[in-house]
Amino acid sequence: MTDPNTPALAVRNVSHAFGERKALDDVSFTIGAGDFTVLLGLNGAGKTTLFALVTGLYHSRQGSISVYGSDLRREPLQALARIGAVFQQSTLDLDLTVEQNMFYHAALHGMARTVAAPRIAAELERIGLADRKRDRARELSGGQRRRIELARALIHEPSLLLLDEPTVGLDIESRQFLLDHVRKLCAERGMAVLWATHLIDEADHDSRVVVLHKGKVLADGPSSEVVRSSGQPHLRGAFDRLTQSAPGGKGKP
Amino acid sequence: MRLAQYYRAFMGIVWREALRWVGQRGRFVSALVRPLVWLGIFAAGFRYVLGLSIIAPYDTYIPYEVYIAPGLVAMIQLFNGMQSSLSMVYDREMGSMKTLMISPFPRWFLLLSKLMAGVAVSIVQVYIFLAIALFWDVSPPLLGYVEMLPALILAGLMLGALGLVLSSFIKQLENFAGVMNFVIFPMFFASSALNPLWRVKESSLWLYRIYSVNPFTHAVELIRFSMYGQFNALSAAVVAGFLVLFMALAVYGYDPGRGLIAKRGGPPE
Repeated sequence: MTDPNTPALAVRNVSHAFGERKALDDVSFTIGAGDFTVLLGLNGAGKTTLFALVTGLYHSRQGSISVYGSDLRREPLQALARIGAVFQQSTLDLDLTVEQNMFYHAALHGMARTVAAPRIAAELERIGLADRKRDRARELSGGQRRRIELARALIHEPSLLLLDEPTVGLDIESRQFLLDHVRKLCAERGMAVLWATHLIDEADHDSRVVVLHKGKVLADGPSSEVVRSSGQPHLRGAFDRLTQSAPGGKGKP
Repeated sequence: MRLAQYYRAFMGIVWREALRWVGQRGRFVSALVRPLVWLGIFAAGFRYVLGLSIIAPYDTYIPYEVYIAPGLVAMIQLFNGMQSSLSMVYDREMGSMKTLMISPFPRWFLLLSKLMAGVAVSIVQVYIFLAIALFWDVSPPLLGYVEMLPALILAGLMLGALGLVLSSFIKQLENFAGVMNFVIFPMFFASSALNPLWRVKESSLWLYRIYSVNPFTHAVELIRFSMYGQFNALSAAVVAGFLVLFMALAVYGYDPGRGLIAKRGGPPE
C-alpha cells in the first residue's frame, strides 16, 4: 500500500519542447488523493502535451512525473496501471461495438473477461447507456461517445483519472452530466481527478485550480484563494488578470 | 504484471485484430484476389515465355504457376504486413492507438502482440490461397503444408516488423502511397518471387546482387524450400536477422523516450 500522504500525481519541473516550440516550461504541481483539480488554460497552453507526458505517450525532456510515488520513467507500468484517461480526441475504435471497445480496454489492463464483464455492465448502467452496448461506436452521438470513454477509463478502477477537455463539443446537458458524474466519482471513490479545460465555469468554488498559460503555471491553489490573491471578484476576472499580465500574452477563454 | 495478465492482453490484441479483419470484408477479398490474379492471369501469360530449368528445391520441370506460388504466398504476407502498418497509422490519426499505448504493459510486448496478431491473420489467408491454388496444379507434398508453417511464421514476423517500422516513420495516412511505390513494388519485383536468381544473374550481375540482399527474396526462398520439405539455412538466417533488426527499430520508433513519436511535432491544440 502506498502512504496516504503520497500525492496521486506529482509533476516536478517538467519542461518539454517540440523542436523550437516550447510546450511546457518548468511546470510543477501536485494532486492529492481524492482531489478534484481543474487544469485551466486556453487552447495552446500545453494541456494536451502535459496529458501526453503524464500518460507516458512520450517522456518529458526535463523534470519528473510520478503517480502515487511511481516514477513514470523508472516504473511506467506501475504508474500506468493506476491511471484512467479520457483524451481530447476520441480513442474509441469506431468499427467495434461499445462492449467490444470495453473488453479490449480491459484486456489491455490484464483483466479476465469474467472480472471485467460485471464492471463493464455496472459502468454502462451508471452512465445510462447499458442498452447501447451492442451498437457500433460509430452509431453513437458525440456526447454518448464521451460517456462511453469515461466508463471505459473506469473499468480497471484507476485511482487517478485524467480528462483532457472532456466537454468540448458537447451540449450543455451532456456537459453537466459528465461534470456531475466525475465529481461524484471523486467524492465516492476517493479518486484523484485532473480535469483540463478552457471553460472557467467548470471550476466551482471549492475546486483546486492550476492555471496553465503558454506552458507555464501561473497559479495553483484552491479556487477561492486564486480569486482572492488576484483581487478580482470571481475566477474569470482572476484568470484574465493572470494571463494578461503574463509575459507575451493575453486572451479570453 | 503476472503471466496470466500478459496472456490476456495478448489475446485481447489478437481478438481485436480478428474482429477488424472480419469486419473489413473488402480487405479480405482483395487480399485473396490479388495473388489469384497473378496466378491465373499473369502466370498463364508467361508460362510459355519463360523456360525453367530444374533448380532446387524442385526435382523436375515445373510450370510457371508452381514456380511463382511461394512468391505469391510471401506477397500475401508482405501486403498483410503493410496493411497492419497502415492500420497503425490510421489508429494513430484516429486516436485509438492511445488505448494501446497507455496500457500498463511494456511497449515491446504490445508491439510484438500486435505483430503476432497480424501474422496469424496472414497465415489464414495463405492457406485459403493455397487451397484455391490447387486448381492451377500448385500441389506441394501434403507434409509440405505443415512444414511450411514455421517458415510462414518467421517470414510473416519479418514482413510485419518492417510494417511496424514504417508506421513509426510515416507521419500521415496520405504518405502511404509512397510506401506502395518505394517499398512494396521494389521489394516484390526485385526478388526471386517472379524470376529465379540464376536467370537474373545471366542478364545483370548488379541486379543479381540487389536481388540477393533483398530480404523479401529470402522470405520467398525460405517458404519455397519449406513447401517441399527442405530447409534453406541461408534464407532462414537472413530472414531472422532482418526480423531482429526491424523489431529493434520498431521498438525504438515507439519508445516514449527516444522514439520518433516523441521527436515529431507536438499534438495539435
